[in-house]
Amino acid sequence: MKTRKYMDKIFKAGIITFSILTIAPLFIILITLLKWGINALNLDLITRIQRPVGERGGALNSIVGTLIITTIATIIASPISILAGVYVAEFPDKLISKITAVSSRLIAGIPSIVIGIVVYLWCVKPMGGYSALAGSIALAIMMIPNIVTATAESIMMIPKDYREASRSLGANFTRTTLKVIIPFALPGILTGLLSSFSRIAGETAPLLFTSFGNPFLNLNILKPMSALPLLIYNYATSPYREWHQIAWGASLILILIVFLVSIISRLGVKKWKA
Amino acid sequence: MIKSFKGKTGEGGILPPFAFLKRNKSEDFIFIQILKASALLVSIVIFAFLVTLFLSSWPFVKTYGLRALVSRVWDPINESYGALPFIVTTILVSILALLLSIPFSLSVAFLTKTRNLSERVKDLLTTSLNLIAAIPSVIYGFWGLVALAPIMRILQLKLGYPPYGVGIMTAVLVLTIMIIPLSASIASEVMKLVPEELEEASYALGANTYETNLKVILPVAKSGILAGFLLSLGRALGETMAVTMVIGNFNNFPSNLFGPGNTIASLIANQFNEASGMHQSGLIFLGLVLFLITLIFNFTGNLLILRRVRK
Amino acid sequence: MESIILTVENLNVFYGEHQVLFNINLKVHEKKITAIMGPSGCGKSTLLRSINRMHELYKDVKVEGRIYLKNEDIFQMPPEEVRSKIGMVFQKPNPFPHMSIYDNVIAGYILRGIKLKKEERDEIVEKNLRSVGLWEEVKDKLFKKGTFLSGGQQQRLCIARALAMNPDIILLDEPTSSLDPQATAKIEELLVDLKERVTILIVTHNIGQASRISDYVAFLYNGVLVEFGPSTKIFTTPENKVTEEFLSGKFG
Repeated sequence: MKTRKYMDKIFKAGIITFSILTIAPLFIILITLLKWGINALNLDLITRIQRPVGERGGALNSIVGTLIITTIATIIASPISILAGVYVAEFPDKLISKITAVSSRLIAGIPSIVIGIVVYLWCVKPMGGYSALAGSIALAIMMIPNIVTATAESIMMIPKDYREASRSLGANFTRTTLKVIIPFALPGILTGLLSSFSRIAGETAPLLFTSFGNPFLNLNILKPMSALPLLIYNYATSPYREWHQIAWGASLILILIVFLVSIISRLGVKKWKA
Repeated sequence: MIKSFKGKTGEGGILPPFAFLKRNKSEDFIFIQILKASALLVSIVIFAFLVTLFLSSWPFVKTYGLRALVSRVWDPINESYGALPFIVTTILVSILALLLSIPFSLSVAFLTKTRNLSERVKDLLTTSLNLIAAIPSVIYGFWGLVALAPIMRILQLKLGYPPYGVGIMTAVLVLTIMIIPLSASIASEVMKLVPEELEEASYALGANTYETNLKVILPVAKSGILAGFLLSLGRALGETMAVTMVIGNFNNFPSNLFGPGNTIASLIANQFNEASGMHQSGLIFLGLVLFLITLIFNFTGNLLILRRVRK
Repeated sequence: MESIILTVENLNVFYGEHQVLFNINLKVHEKKITAIMGPSGCGKSTLLRSINRMHELYKDVKVEGRIYLKNEDIFQMPPEEVRSKIGMVFQKPNPFPHMSIYDNVIAGYILRGIKLKKEERDEIVEKNLRSVGLWEEVKDKLFKKGTFLSGGQQQRLCIARALAMNPDIILLDEPTSSLDPQATAKIEELLVDLKERVTILIVTHNIGQASRISDYVAFLYNGVLVEFGPSTKIFTTPENKVTEEFLSGKFG
């Protein structure tokens, strides 16, 4: 009898303790990041590009690189994913829909390094060199599942009355979809877009063999380009103290971008809905 | 666009001109084809990946067969391509991380199921987990390198191991932190599906919280939770950056759990850019192997979840 | 000579700020069937669930007052003990889907880690399945999961599960509302048989059911116990006008 009571108490204490421990790393990492990152936040970081050790360098080329590569990835991924999501939502019984839905989920599970390899083989080798475009393509592939799911789910939440009202007014499927369905689903689709954006902004592995990195400020997407994750990876694994500093600063900036976009997507969409 | 017509029935209603109807139909046809094409494009990605990887690993497989999977020495310079250490390390690291994550993800799931806890606390928990999942892998690696490794070094000294700091155990710890959000959220979702009546029936029979959760809720949610574990394992297997940064880049079997090693992903991350010819083809082959393993786990996990939801 | 097995004294129940039960005083007679009736939302289930302290599983539910089982204050006992003496059957049949029929009957013991010898287990299972009239129907399929049983059979299994704990009282919360007429009739018959063994407190919105099987009736309206007494009296000459209106079907 007593053991039951003990077990119950241990169980309750256990799940609370483990749950607190689960959240602990978040605070530990964020605090570490803030502590070291804020030290590294200076004008140099955002106004200067990478320089060899000993010279004053910064993360400017990487910040610009991240913004360019991620934005282009979004532009590449969005049309295909949204259209595919519309198809899956509007014709769920067709075989292609079911295959697409499954494929989308499987793509989400592809190791990011494998995506890097494949895009290397598709783009870098034929083009004869690394390029930001290849990096964007790799990141775009990673965005597909999120956007397809967000689109499909947003559309499926729309009550069928709206669709029927539009059709009964004489609009065909195309116009109904473009002028009624998609506008209605837009908040959800945008959330999907923005959350994918913030997710891939932090990805490194797909860029290792595609965009590769570039110590100079480069705006040509057909050439290699740096990005914050690449910078962090290279500098963090180097033996130089100054570079670790820069890596912390870059990490802070990266986290800020990721969290900011994430928050905007959630709040902005709520405002839109209202 | 819609002209007024005297309809066939003579009612004077609005009848769209035949041309308009035809345009509507062809518009629809084109649009739907575009939609279909996009869906098809998404569908063939996996297939395209498989073909590309097969084709590019073929030179390697043609020369060395599948021996790489069981040979132990990786020394491309001397044309020795044994990948067994990496396969073993990959599986070891992933399974350890999964096992370590189980008490945490289940605890979070049990906690979210209780009704005796305020919604705000549960939301805090969920938001925190989402944030943990949002932190980029490379930052985990960086943190692991700079904050965790020194602690591991102290621990290793105390236990009498060489103080590498980086190594299998460090990688496992970082990986565990990274996969908890996924398995916790799936476990929570699945537990929510367990009908409240079953929980109440258990309490009504005089069972306490511990007994109800472990002997009723957990068994009923079993298959869904298993699916969550499979998906987490899939994620762990493919995780690259954090592991690469803290595993020590050692191309052999780890001598002990604290020693350095390499997973397939970290090997590729470290060597791919400098590799060419047979070496590169070998790495691509390993990439294919990794791809297939994760594909199986993810496919099975998703299948289990779909079956659950259908019930 | 009838004795009182359960006394509810000045029971007030609140869902947050909202009061649901107002000063309920009730005496339940041993080995009789007492029906709690009233229109939807009047608090019948709330009253029932107070008796086996189910409200404590939820936040925001406040229970004030006293409840005595055989003169013992149930709020002074551990809730698990209360629930082992007061069993419950729910509106929707809920046998545990991951346990066999056999295990479902003795679920109360399994869940609480009470070890029984095989002969004891077999005996309990057979005895209680016979009590609910399921033994002949399932004796060859004891180790299958109970999901293939019909709704009525599942509910009888749940009753057997509650009986297996040898409780003093069984609480039933609208046990037949999701069942077809034949299954309902079988269960009503069963309850009348069972009252020799155990006190029965049943919540029902079905006036016919109450009149068929109950010895005593408690009529609840808007959280207040309007009238209580022997069924024979209540159904023929109710004292309160509201009771009369309810019984004549003026409102549901």
